[in-house]
Amino acid sequence: MMPSSLPRLHSLGEAALLCELPAPATLAQQQRIWALAAEALQWPAVHEVLPGMNNLTLLFDPTQIDAAELEMQVLAAWPQLAIAPLAGRTIEIPVAYGGEHGPDLADVAAHTGLTPDEVVRRHAGAEYVVYLLGFLPGFAFMGGLPPELATPRRAEPRVAVPARSVGIGGAQTGIYPLVSPGGWQLIGRTPLAMFDPAAAEPTLLRPGDRVRFVVESVQT
Amino acid sequence: MIAVLRSGMLASVQDLGRHGHRGRGICPGGALDTLALTLANRLVGNADGAAGLELTMGGSEIRFDTDTRIAIGGDDFGARLDGVALWPYWSTPVTAGQRLVLGGANAGAGKKGLRTWLAVAGGIDVPPVLGSRSTDLKAGFGGHEGRALKKGDRLPLGVSTLDAGQRQRRAFGLRGPDWTTGGPHDADDAIVLRVMPGPECEQFTAASLAALWRDPWRVTPQSNRMGSRLEGPVLERRRAGDMLSSGVIPGTIQVPPSGQPIILMGDAQTTGGYPRIGVVIRADLWKLAQAPLGGKLRLAKADAAEAVQAWDAQQRYLAQVSQGLAASGWPVAAGRPATPD
Repeated sequence: MMPSSLPRLHSLGEAALLCELPAPATLAQQQRIWALAAEALQWPAVHEVLPGMNNLTLLFDPTQIDAAELEMQVLAAWPQLAIAPLAGRTIEIPVAYGGEHGPDLADVAAHTGLTPDEVVRRHAGAEYVVYLLGFLPGFAFMGGLPPELATPRRAEPRVAVPARSVGIGGAQTGIYPLVSPGGWQLIGRTPLAMFDPAAAEPTLLRPGDRVRFVVESVQT
Repeated sequence: MIAVLRSGMLASVQDLGRHGHRGRGICPGGALDTLALTLANRLVGNADGAAGLELTMGGSEIRFDTDTRIAIGGDDFGARLDGVALWPYWSTPVTAGQRLVLGGANAGAGKKGLRTWLAVAGGIDVPPVLGSRSTDLKAGFGGHEGRALKKGDRLPLGVSTLDAGQRQRRAFGLRGPDWTTGGPHDADDAIVLRVMPGPECEQFTAASLAALWRDPWRVTPQSNRMGSRLEGPVLERRRAGDMLSSGVIPGTIQVPPSGQPIILMGDAQTTGGYPRIGVVIRADLWKLAQAPLGGKLRLAKADAAEAVQAWDAQQRYLAQVSQGLAASGWPVAAGRPATPD
């Protein structure tokens, strides 16, 4: 399949190049991002790739390659990319929903017009795909939240969201790997560690993984 | 070993950063002024990537429990070693029991910095995590127990390449980057940062862009290792709209809805959702790391050619330093060059 459009390219300082696809973010577009990331890592002047949602930033050494030359390389590679879904695993994430673990479950229920039990049923009933890790170590940006569960962020962000909290922010769901300030609506908490710097593979989730939330308990 | 007797406002173990893990959401961190740490390391015979201490706003006291050699970079905050003045970018022998004291934020007249980097022969030998000894303060790993240093901490030193004669050689110094001589400041006493227009630059109104390049910006006290928060004219976008999460690097100037820009630094998150109006060139990041709270900045529009040229000039300066040191018989460790990004 030919790509419907070329990425927009823009420098991010003299040593980084942003490659950005037109909205909306889709899994198909993200697969192109992953493919470009894998390809660009083979180029000697590119030393790190930073996938975003629908975009990719290449960090390069401008003494090795001119930015204009790198742009041409991206555009030349674009139509030839080997697009294949990443060999993602399916990861099950047990969640204790509601109560002290998910203090905003009632607010999400009120906003969506569903009962708390129904919010939990739908949240745990969907399959999610990890698009990228960013923001914090091991924090996964995932696609796949049922649209009816979308809930705006809290008006007043929390100063300290407990680690391993599961939340909804706008049309996204995610898990806080660490204690951090945050504005997402917290609906539950998982006992799984999302980030362990001492582990051979320091993050539980990786781009391309499919995620399922498993109901461990519900307190309403 | 060295002992922390007083940590000051914020002290942490930092090297040149933890690179290659952004795709996992792990920030590069590291010394915010890699130039200062690199120079200090070379002055004590360390490889560029050896870990040192980053000390914020003076007020700290360190005791050396072994004979060694030290150098500081950045602002000296009136540094004294057992009461004797210690200048930045000087290599000084230390005997066991001596104490380094940094004064308060207003120590000395005309101080213009914010941070000090201390290198000790052999480097601070905390265990590397994911390829770096830098402290990730937000995620709580690396460095010394994953946290800021506090009174009573004792830190191990690595094996130094210096022999006894070199370790005891009398103090010598080198010409530091032009900081205290007014190098980075313009006539208005503002620190000038060269900035390339960012990917979302065009979303801003013409008036906002004009103000960005023309008006002075003040560094607010809400600044930290994640970012320098600036105060100045309100920058407005031509139209509001949400952005998808996208990569940010140190030097990226984000504009949140308040219209007051934030220049991201080493501990910033790896992806952000605010429009990026500009990016500070790599060769000027060290100036930002030293810009004092309340200090004035000016953002000068630059292009990639200028940025690469400035970077090359900095690398030439570092190469000259190594040549000069080698010519005077000082061991110059083979190490990777300073790469902030």
